[in-house]
Amino acid sequence: MSTAPVVLEVSDLKKHFPLRGGLLGTTKGYVYAVDGVSFSIRRGETLSLVGESGCGKSTVGKSVLRLFPLTAGQVVLDGKRIDDMPASSLRALRRKMQVVFQDPFSSLNPRMRVRDIIAEPILNFGLAKDSADVDRRVAKALDTVRLPTDAAGRWPHEFSGGQRQRIGIARALAAEPEVIICDEAVSALDVSVKAQVVNLLQDLQKELGLAMLFISHDLAIVEHMTHRVAVMYLGKIVEVAEKKSLFGQPRHPYTEALLSAVPVPDPTAKRDRIVLQGDVPSPIRPPSGCRFHTRCPYVMPRCKTEEPLLKPDATGHLAACHLHDLPEAENPLLHKTGATAFRAA
Amino acid sequence: MTEPLLSVENLQTHFRTPDGVNRAVDGITFHVNAGETVAIVGESGCGKSVTSMSILRLIPEPPGKIAGAIKFEGRDLLKLSDKEMRKIRGNSISMIFQEPMTSLNPVLTVGRQIGETLRLHQGMSASDAEKKAIEMLELVGIPEPGRRVKEYPHQLSGGMRQRVMIAIALACNPKLLIADEPTTALDVTIQAQILDLMRDLKRRVGAAIVLITHDLGVVAEVAERVIVMYAGRKVEEAPVGKLFANPRHPYTRGLLGSVPKLGSSLTGHEERLAEIPGLVPSLKKKIDGCVFAGRCAEATDLCRAVAPALETKGPEHVAACHYALKEAAAA
Repeated sequence: MSTAPVVLEVSDLKKHFPLRGGLLGTTKGYVYAVDGVSFSIRRGETLSLVGESGCGKSTVGKSVLRLFPLTAGQVVLDGKRIDDMPASSLRALRRKMQVVFQDPFSSLNPRMRVRDIIAEPILNFGLAKDSADVDRRVAKALDTVRLPTDAAGRWPHEFSGGQRQRIGIARALAAEPEVIICDEAVSALDVSVKAQVVNLLQDLQKELGLAMLFISHDLAIVEHMTHRVAVMYLGKIVEVAEKKSLFGQPRHPYTEALLSAVPVPDPTAKRDRIVLQGDVPSPIRPPSGCRFHTRCPYVMPRCKTEEPLLKPDATGHLAACHLHDLPEAENPLLHKTGATAFRAA
Repeated sequence: MTEPLLSVENLQTHFRTPDGVNRAVDGITFHVNAGETVAIVGESGCGKSVTSMSILRLIPEPPGKIAGAIKFEGRDLLKLSDKEMRKIRGNSISMIFQEPMTSLNPVLTVGRQIGETLRLHQGMSASDAEKKAIEMLELVGIPEPGRRVKEYPHQLSGGMRQRVMIAIALACNPKLLIADEPTTALDVTIQAQILDLMRDLKRRVGAAIVLITHDLGVVAEVAERVIVMYAGRKVEEAPVGKLFANPRHPYTRGLLGSVPKLGSSLTGHEERLAEIPGLVPSLKKKIDGCVFAGRCAEATDLCRAVAPALETKGPEHVAACHYALKEAAAA
């Protein structure tokens, strides 16, 4: 859809954490947290990464930020490869990519005034000419997130959760980034406050043309604010599509089940719920073949041995599922009216 | 009309703090009939959890202070001795907590924790209690209950721990089950499993449920009647269908408008989320007028001066708002 330039491109990203044990601390195995993930984000676009706890979505965010070294894969930010860049030259590029964390209480230093919190990136990246310029930039960042200018002189504990999250966003914006990574940035907030922050993020994206990687488990919020969605399961992306296509006609059984499991705030809605049995398998020993085959309601013998690849359909909707190799008439995914759960409403 | 199973009358739970009295729950009245599911919704700090803890008298006194009356099967729980109260907790009223991680004892097997209530309240022998524990685990849908009963909480996943919590709560066939955010800490697919389980068990066991939650989706799915709380007071109460179709209190309307509905991109309802401006007022200051006046777009001087009483706005539908009635007449 969009022809805006790609700002962030990730290809075949892998992050395996070694498991050490025993007397000598030898490596006993690996946690395959992220195991081959590729995506790209354009200017002014939001890509959401959704999935349940432990699927590796936060690890993707942290790997992209290079908060730890990658096991394999490439991350290209603004045309420059950053995954193997030495820390000294990476420093300047970090300005372009900022993060907003989940917990507004632990992500702000309680011993720093709001002014100093927001001024930190400005000083780190040498964005200001003099201290008057710092104050001007801090005031501008506070204004952008709709906080009063006098907030600068106060301490984090004087603010509520929603306001702190705004301070966190102001800090990210002060660096004048091109990409913002929101790791469950609204999950800890109460509903009415969540709406305020969601609206703010949407406005800011339009105003500033930011690219956003929105990591979340809340599908309703994701649908509300994203352009494209990538669904992760056990370290892999199983489906990527434009929002309408994904929510209208999911092409992976996991996405279908995930959508049907979301409780809908409407007591009259008819539900056709697919309740998945069991729990997510351990990422230390992921299942063979398709990683979802242990819980999939449509599992076929082939799924247990052969891993499905992420393949596009005619509209460019990507899904990794063997069901799409069947003749269309036999594909159970295409015959349900997609996410029936809320179609009725 | 038959006597309700639980009736809470003008419950006030206040906490003394160094900088004033915190009116966490400030005069709330409601009832729960036998076998009914009532949801209490509201945002953090509205007093919904304190209400549930007050029913079981789990509030430490001091600094807490509970006033009012909590009648359960005709007896006022606030007048019982600690010993009598212990006989009720986990027996005829039991509770499921939000955090299955921290509410189970990590050093005891699952079987012992389920058996504990049975041995205490029903005087079962250790071996009978274990047999019953296996039955309970089977009831809540845990595979291989014979093996799981000997396991410790850390060997179970989050969803299974919550199932164990439910098994403990239901072991003595309670008449009332209080579930405080039972699915909040769980993933959606696991949440769907637990909600299914709770619905199914309710049919089989027939206990009344008080469901405390902030998730309106969960409310729409399981509750029959809904109580909306704000800043320690009840602002609206209605059967679930009426509340979602025709909310009367501006806070309830704001709450419903601020949640995006799944499917919004398909139905074309992609409007901005409704924001409730401002913040919840401090509970340490006595509020004379309507508790919601500070954030309400329609507030007038009357709202700021006089607290609205709960008025009947329709069959079984009450709301505390000076202006809700007018609208009902117009509609």
